[in-house]
Amino acid sequence: MTMADSFEQRCIISGIGQSEVGRRVTRGVMALTLDACIEAIADAGLEPKDIDGVFSWPGAVTRAEGLAPSSPGSSGPGVHAVIDALRLDTNWYSAGPETPGMLAPVIHGCMAVASGMCRHVLVYRALNEATAWRTNTQRVATDAEGVTGNMQWILPFGAFSGPNWMALYARRHMHEYGTTREQIAQISLNARRNAALNPKAVLTSELTLDDYLSSTMISDPLCLYDCDIAIDGATAVVISDAAYAPDTPNKAIHFEAVGSALHGRASWDQWEDMTTTAAMSAGGHLWSRTDLTPADVDCAQLYDGFTVLTLYWLEGLRFCGHGESGAFVEGGERISLTGELPLATSGGQLSGGRLHSFGHLYEACLQLRGGAAERQVPGAKVVAVSAGAGPLASCLLLRT
Amino acid sequence: MWPIPQINDDNRAFWTGGQDGELLIARCDDCGYYIHPPTPRCPRCLSENVHPRAVSGRGRVYTYTINERPWSPGIEVPYVIAIVQLDEQSDLRLMTNVVGCSPDQVAIDMPVQVEFRRQGDAYAPVFRPA
Repeated sequence: MTMADSFEQRCIISGIGQSEVGRRVTRGVMALTLDACIEAIADAGLEPKDIDGVFSWPGAVTRAEGLAPSSPGSSGPGVHAVIDALRLDTNWYSAGPETPGMLAPVIHGCMAVASGMCRHVLVYRALNEATAWRTNTQRVATDAEGVTGNMQWILPFGAFSGPNWMALYARRHMHEYGTTREQIAQISLNARRNAALNPKAVLTSELTLDDYLSSTMISDPLCLYDCDIAIDGATAVVISDAAYAPDTPNKAIHFEAVGSALHGRASWDQWEDMTTTAAMSAGGHLWSRTDLTPADVDCAQLYDGFTVLTLYWLEGLRFCGHGESGAFVEGGERISLTGELPLATSGGQLSGGRLHSFGHLYEACLQLRGGAAERQVPGAKVVAVSAGAGPLASCLLLRT
Repeated sequence: MWPIPQINDDNRAFWTGGQDGELLIARCDDCGYYIHPPTPRCPRCLSENVHPRAVSGRGRVYTYTINERPWSPGIEVPYVIAIVQLDEQSDLRLMTNVVGCSPDQVAIDMPVQVEFRRQGDAYAPVFRPA
């Protein structure tokens, strides 16, 4: 595929916005969502009347029937609510959890723009899990009529939560490739170091390897510091036709490639090789759509809902070979702000807060605009962003 | 409480075979392929000649985790969640629990044998060391 062929290369991110992010935010999730959306629209030099498409993940869903986990505060307002709140006139919109991971609405937005259905689309993700978990004592939904759908193969065995599912994958990776907890810890320690340079990050105190190794085990081998931190917050971007780039008040960010391929069982528990995730097929897909290579990437905002997912994305996006990610991050220098591939420069979800891949997307845009202040990677021109775990995976390659 | 699956015509064999001590897995009687979760057509040859068949109940631990968190009242922690690969077919696997031993005795490739845990009207297949 040549550059002129791909739909995403005809699109730009013209505006970005993010609400306040925190564990004790007083504004409601709709207010946060509108904060982010209004900021992104203004940042793009537009008004709500210019927006003709809206996309989100997962939309207004309150329970999981498919593969996407659902828990209190994890869905945010749906697109109908946002369209109505801003009185938008749309040509196309969609939201849903049955997509290739949380960056799928960004890809849908590009498809809508490149196909001519829309000219400027709003894409957002909002969560209020901090508030929901504080006020809802029942974190695990129990259905009086019994568990249905895909979850019937998982929940009856007490695999209630993401840490359980990802620990099964991590254990197999450790078993086959000798990946160690000390190596995995580097993802968490790196995130915490970078979070100290991000005023919006929620966990900024120093974290040592000893702290990590002695922390509470959640689902062995994953401990407390392998898990990201619930917050309230919202992020939005505006995607426009690339023809709009000269008119944007702030630097336009170009899509170089996207990846979304799912090659394998559409299942958490039936995934055949648990030393991989769908990151492997999505990452290969991404590189098939560009002439750039992993060596061209200046920094990477890889999904870190759990530490080990960053390792799977390092392998999936071919920054290292299959099974080599533990050695790749060993000691942490290579992935630090001054290393050859800085990761999670905002503090990621582990320390910055669980913005569910849109925090990574926002940070990638800041880096490409040269606006990441103390944590700026000098001269960042190409940034990778990824989202997902198990059978869910989507990724973006963005450039100046 | 261990969550209870809602039993219907599609999953009844799997969840209730344990009443007779049998682990029933959907199998294509045309090409011999075992199918889990059960679907009405064989994904390999697309035949509709798919029926629940008893398997040996023997397998090996493909991977596992020791859950330490009390997510749900009434389930004692820690407990072992595992993916067990049944001896009949390399891609025939179940999420399950390993019971009947200390969590720190569980290992990848450990041989295991099915037993059943009553959950409402369902008989959940769990595994103990063989």
